[in-house]
Amino acid sequence: MAQRVNFWSTLTDPLIRQNPVTLQILGICSALAVTTSLATALTMSVSLTVVLTLSAAIISLIRRHIPDTIRLIVQIVIVASLVIVIDQILQAYFAEISRALSIYVSLITTNCLVLGRTEAHARHHAPLPAAVDAFGNGLGYSLVLIVIGGVRELFGRGQLFGWQAFALADAGGWFTPLGLMLLAPSAFFLLGGLVWAIRAWHPEQVEPPEHVPPDRTRSAE
Amino acid sequence: MTDLWHLFLSAAFVDNMPLTLFLGLCTFLALSKRSESALGLGIAMTGVLGVTVPLNWLIYQGLLAPGAWAWAGMPALDLSYLSLIAFIGVIAATVQVLEMLLDRFFPGVHAAFGVFLPLLTVQCAILGGSLFMVDRSYDFDESIVFGLGSGVGFAIAVVMLGAIRSRLAYADLPTGLRGLGIAFILTGMMSLGFASFAQMAMSQ
Repeated sequence: MAQRVNFWSTLTDPLIRQNPVTLQILGICSALAVTTSLATALTMSVSLTVVLTLSAAIISLIRRHIPDTIRLIVQIVIVASLVIVIDQILQAYFAEISRALSIYVSLITTNCLVLGRTEAHARHHAPLPAAVDAFGNGLGYSLVLIVIGGVRELFGRGQLFGWQAFALADAGGWFTPLGLMLLAPSAFFLLGGLVWAIRAWHPEQVEPPEHVPPDRTRSAE
Repeated sequence: MTDLWHLFLSAAFVDNMPLTLFLGLCTFLALSKRSESALGLGIAMTGVLGVTVPLNWLIYQGLLAPGAWAWAGMPALDLSYLSLIAFIGVIAATVQVLEMLLDRFFPGVHAAFGVFLPLLTVQCAILGGSLFMVDRSYDFDESIVFGLGSGVGFAIAVVMLGAIRSRLAYADLPTGLRGLGIAFILTGMMSLGFASFAQMAMSQ
């Protein structure tokens, strides 16, 4: 456990280079469902980052006491308790947003990102690095959510955080809202495009071809 | 009867879990590279959803719902905030029991999709099914039909995506889109297709 930990790279790596959503395929469900507006995307990002950081720290604190066979159950129970707390806070102070998020706050419990990070990282590291890693992953997740949420709200309603950024055609302006942006398919298209953009920027993330045609087995790549 | 059938169809197609509600996407994308593994996942999902949603209904109505303890003289007790932990526990236990039963009585089936079963504990679609059941206050029959319908819908979607993705071997994709990128775009297109079912349900 005496390895030197570079906090800065632990924190910034998950932002783009090791982004949990676009590279590790973790936590996609909620990333797409709550991004119809910036406000819900931001609330979700904050909730997830808090849960992720706290659960990583707690699990890392007791990592030597958890028997290996039941560790999944222990981890889920810890995460679920934190999620219940967050859910109750949201219902108490942000009732409107909590209704817009509906069941997706509760679904942080089974968000693959939380369990993925605790399983892959927090279980083997001291509390501080584990928390930093979790916080970085939470930020990377938030980044994707905010980008997608911003694009969908801007082009779907012409708004940012509910503020009218583009003048709507109905109100004498020039912008006709794209209804498709608020529907499910556009979220998939946007995330696909985002993955493409990031991989064009960082070519080392490109996946090797799954099937290589027989006549080109050697020459490909 | 027709109501239940209608609920089944709408759970399977209109409110398709991965394509319109974004539930269970992690496994949906990770295991759809080949259609055989996709089929295994679909069958396992249907089984687990069909069992856990009604089971969670019983637990919720019997122990957690507001007023469930009225018979014990505590009508004001509302334990519904515990439902998350209870549901997760039930799902984890069901998956474990299902795995042991399959291993004991149908080793062939267990070997065929045993790897997917433990994964299902942390599947958002399964927890989501139970949470929706509470949210929309289904009764017992409806919760069985809803669980099975959502499972079948998931299975159809994941098998379709698996079939399309295995065909991608013949496509010459831009390198950045290969793998995850194109999977998202394909899912988006399937989601567009499934959106037409919503129109169908509305026009009825």
